[in-house]
Amino acid sequence: MLNTLKNRFEQGYKTTDYPKTDIQLVDRYRGRPEITQDAPDDIVKMCASECPQDAIDAEKKTIDLGRCVFCGGCERLSDGKFVTFTTDFGTGTSIREHLFTDGNLPALADHSKKHFKKLFGRSLQLRQVSAAGCNACEADLNVLATPFFDLGRFGINFVASPRHADGIVVTGPISRNMKTALLQTFEAIPDPKVVIAVGSCAISGGPFRGSPEITEGLDSLIPVDLYIPGCPSHPLTNLHALLNYFK
Amino acid sequence: MDTGFLKISNGCAIPRSDIPQLSFAEFRENALNIVKGGGKVVHYFGYKENGTVKLLAVLRTDELLIAGTDAPDSYPSFTNECEPFHLFEREIAEQFGIRPEGHPWLKMVRYHPNETGKPDVFDNDYSEDIPGRYDYYQVDGDEVHEVAVGPVHAGVIEPGHFRFNCIGERVFHLEIQLGYQHRGIENLLTNVDSKRLPIIVESIAGDTTVANATGMAQAVEALTQVETDTGSRIIRTIALELERIANHTGDLGALSGDVAFLPPANYFGRMRGDFLNMTLLLCGNRLGKGVVRPGGVRFTIDDEIRNELMRRINELEPQMKHVIDLLFSTPSVRSRFEGCGTVSKGDAEKLGLVGPAGRACGIQSDIRREFPTEYYQKFEIPEYYEPSGDVYARARVRADETMLSIKMIKTLLENRIETQAVDFGNFNLSPGSFVVTVNEAWRGELSHCILTGDNGEIARYKIKDPSFHNWNGLSMSLRDTGISDFPLNNKSFNLSYCGFDL
Repeated sequence: MLNTLKNRFEQGYKTTDYPKTDIQLVDRYRGRPEITQDAPDDIVKMCASECPQDAIDAEKKTIDLGRCVFCGGCERLSDGKFVTFTTDFGTGTSIREHLFTDGNLPALADHSKKHFKKLFGRSLQLRQVSAAGCNACEADLNVLATPFFDLGRFGINFVASPRHADGIVVTGPISRNMKTALLQTFEAIPDPKVVIAVGSCAISGGPFRGSPEITEGLDSLIPVDLYIPGCPSHPLTNLHALLNYFK
Repeated sequence: MDTGFLKISNGCAIPRSDIPQLSFAEFRENALNIVKGGGKVVHYFGYKENGTVKLLAVLRTDELLIAGTDAPDSYPSFTNECEPFHLFEREIAEQFGIRPEGHPWLKMVRYHPNETGKPDVFDNDYSEDIPGRYDYYQVDGDEVHEVAVGPVHAGVIEPGHFRFNCIGERVFHLEIQLGYQHRGIENLLTNVDSKRLPIIVESIAGDTTVANATGMAQAVEALTQVETDTGSRIIRTIALELERIANHTGDLGALSGDVAFLPPANYFGRMRGDFLNMTLLLCGNRLGKGVVRPGGVRFTIDDEIRNELMRRINELEPQMKHVIDLLFSTPSVRSRFEGCGTVSKGDAEKLGLVGPAGRACGIQSDIRREFPTEYYQKFEIPEYYEPSGDVYARARVRADETMLSIKMIKTLLENRIETQAVDFGNFNLSPGSFVVTVNEAWRGELSHCILTGDNGEIARYKIKDPSFHNWNGLSMSLRDTGISDFPLNNKSFNLSYCGFDL
C-alpha cells in the first residue's frame, strides 16, 4: 500500500489542460503545411516528382493531406521555399476536398453537422475498426485513454461493441480480407451514425496505394463524416478533430 | 562437415551466382540436418526465376547459412521431421502452389491466390470476400464448446480470428487464423518506384517502424556499397532502443490492467507516451517514421536535443524502476502472472520462438549479441533468460530489457553525436545480387531479404516479422489455461498481426 502511494506521489498529476490552454509541439513535428504560392516552378515540379506519395499537384500548388504521410521531404527538398510544415496539429476536415490544400484549412467547427453536435456533443461512443492498419494509427488512438489526454472527461469513449456505438473510427487501407468484417460492423451500428477515417491509409490507401489487396479510400465504400490525416495522425490531431467536430 | 550451405554475413551482399544450388534431395537433407542439430530457420521461401519457381533457405547457427534449389511441384514435408519449418512450408504452398506432402496441418496463412496459377493447395475460392472457407480444428466431446472471437475485437486492436475449443473455462486448444491484414506488401515492393520503398517499409508494422526501416536500409546499403558513419549508427541504435522501451512499457501497463491493478497500468501508459515523445523530439513522428533512410539517418541529434533527451530519460529512469518494482512486488499481480500460460522450453524450441517470448522460455538468443549491426557490437548484451515460460517470465524479461535499454541510450547520449543528415534519393542496386539482414526488433528476430534481377530491379523482397515464429507460442500458452486468462497471455506476447500478414 505504501509503495502504491509513493508511486502515486512520484507520478503526480499529468492530465493536459488542452483545449483550455494550447499545446506547443516540438519543432520537428510536421503538422499543417504552409505553401508558398509564388515558389519557382522548377522547385515545385521537383518536389512533386520526388514526393513518395505523389501527393503534390504542381499545377495548382496544393498538397493532398489525405495522401501525404508528412515525411517532410518536400520541405527539405525545397529548403522551405515551397513547403514548410508548421506545428499546427489541427488538420482534421469534414470534406475530402478540403484536404487538397494550398496551406489553408477551413475551421473544422464551422463544417460539422449541427445535428451531430446535438446528438453526440455530450456523449459520443465510438467503435474502432482496424482494417489492415499498421498499428500506428491504432496506437495513437489508444493513447487518448491514457491519463495525459483522458478522453473520457469529454464524454467520448471507445466501446467494445458496435451495438453500443454512435459511430465507427476506421484505420488502415481496408484490405480485401477485412472489407466484409468492416461493412458488417458498420451495419451493426444503429442509425444515425458517424464515420471517421483516421490516417492516410483509411483516407486514400496511404503507403499501400496501387496494391490490388487494398481499397483506396474508405469513402468509396461508405460515406465519411470526418477525415483525420496523418501517418499516423498525432493524438492531439485526433483529439482536436473530435472536439471541434462534436463539441 | 560439408553442409552444402554457404556461410554469409549479416547485411553483406553476395552475387546470386554464389548461392549454392543443390539438388532438392541434398537441399532437403542438409537443411533438415542443420536445423535438427540446433540451427534456426531465418527464411525459407520461394521466388520466380525465368518462369520457374526456386526455393531458398537462410538458416542460423552461430553463423548465417544459405542454399537454394529448384522447387518441385510437391515434396515430402520437412515439418514431419522438423517442426520449425511448419509455417514456412505453408507460406510457400500459399504463395506458389507447391504442396508439402504429409504436412501435419496444411492450411492457408494469409488467404490470397498463389502467383503461379497452379491449382490452389487449399481449395479456396478467392472471389469470396471473407477468409472463411476453412474448417477449424475441432475437439469432440459432449461438453466441449467452441468460442469464436474476431476478426473485429473488443479493443482498439488489429484484426484476427481466434477459435477456442473449451470444456467449461478450460482451453484445450486455441487456433489462430490471420490474414485479415494482408496488404500484398512483398509484391508491392517489387513494383514501385524506389522513392516509395522507405514509406512502405515503415508501415509494415507501425510499432516496429524503426527496426523495419533499419533492416531495409542495411539491405539497400549493402546493394549500393554505401557505408554509414558512426553517428548515424548511434542514432539508429537510440531509435531502435526507444522503440523497444515504448512497446515493452505499454505492454507492462496493459498486463497490469488485465489483472485489474490500475496504478501501474496508468503510469506505464503515461510513460510510454513520454518515450514516444522522445522519438517525436528526434524526428517529428512518435512512431519513428522518417528517422532511418538508406545511407544513414534523416535527423541528426545536436547538443540541444541530446541534452533534452538525456534530461528526460534521467527523469524517467527512476520512475520506471519504481513502477516496475510496484508491479512485481504486488502479491495479487504475482499470483495472476506466475504459472499462467506456461510454454516449455522444448515446445518453444520446436515452435521456433524468438525474442523476448523465446527468452522467457529459457532460449537466450539475442540478435543484438549474436549478429550485431549498427552500434550493438560496442555493448555487452548479457546472455539472459527467464526459465519459467509463463506470463511472469514474459513480463519480467520485458521489464529487465527496458531497464537495459534505458542504460544503453544513456551511454549513447553521453558524447556528441556527429553525423550528416541524409535524404532519400533514387538508387541503383547491384544487379544479380542477394542480401539478408537480421536485427533484434523489440519482438525478436526481424529479417529482410532482397534478391535483385539482371538490371538491379528488386526481383523478390522477403520480410519475416518475429511474430511469424511466435503466434504459435501464444496458442501453446493457452493449452490447459482458463479462457479468461487469454487477454493476459495475449498481451504478454503482444504479437503483430500486420507484420505477420504483410
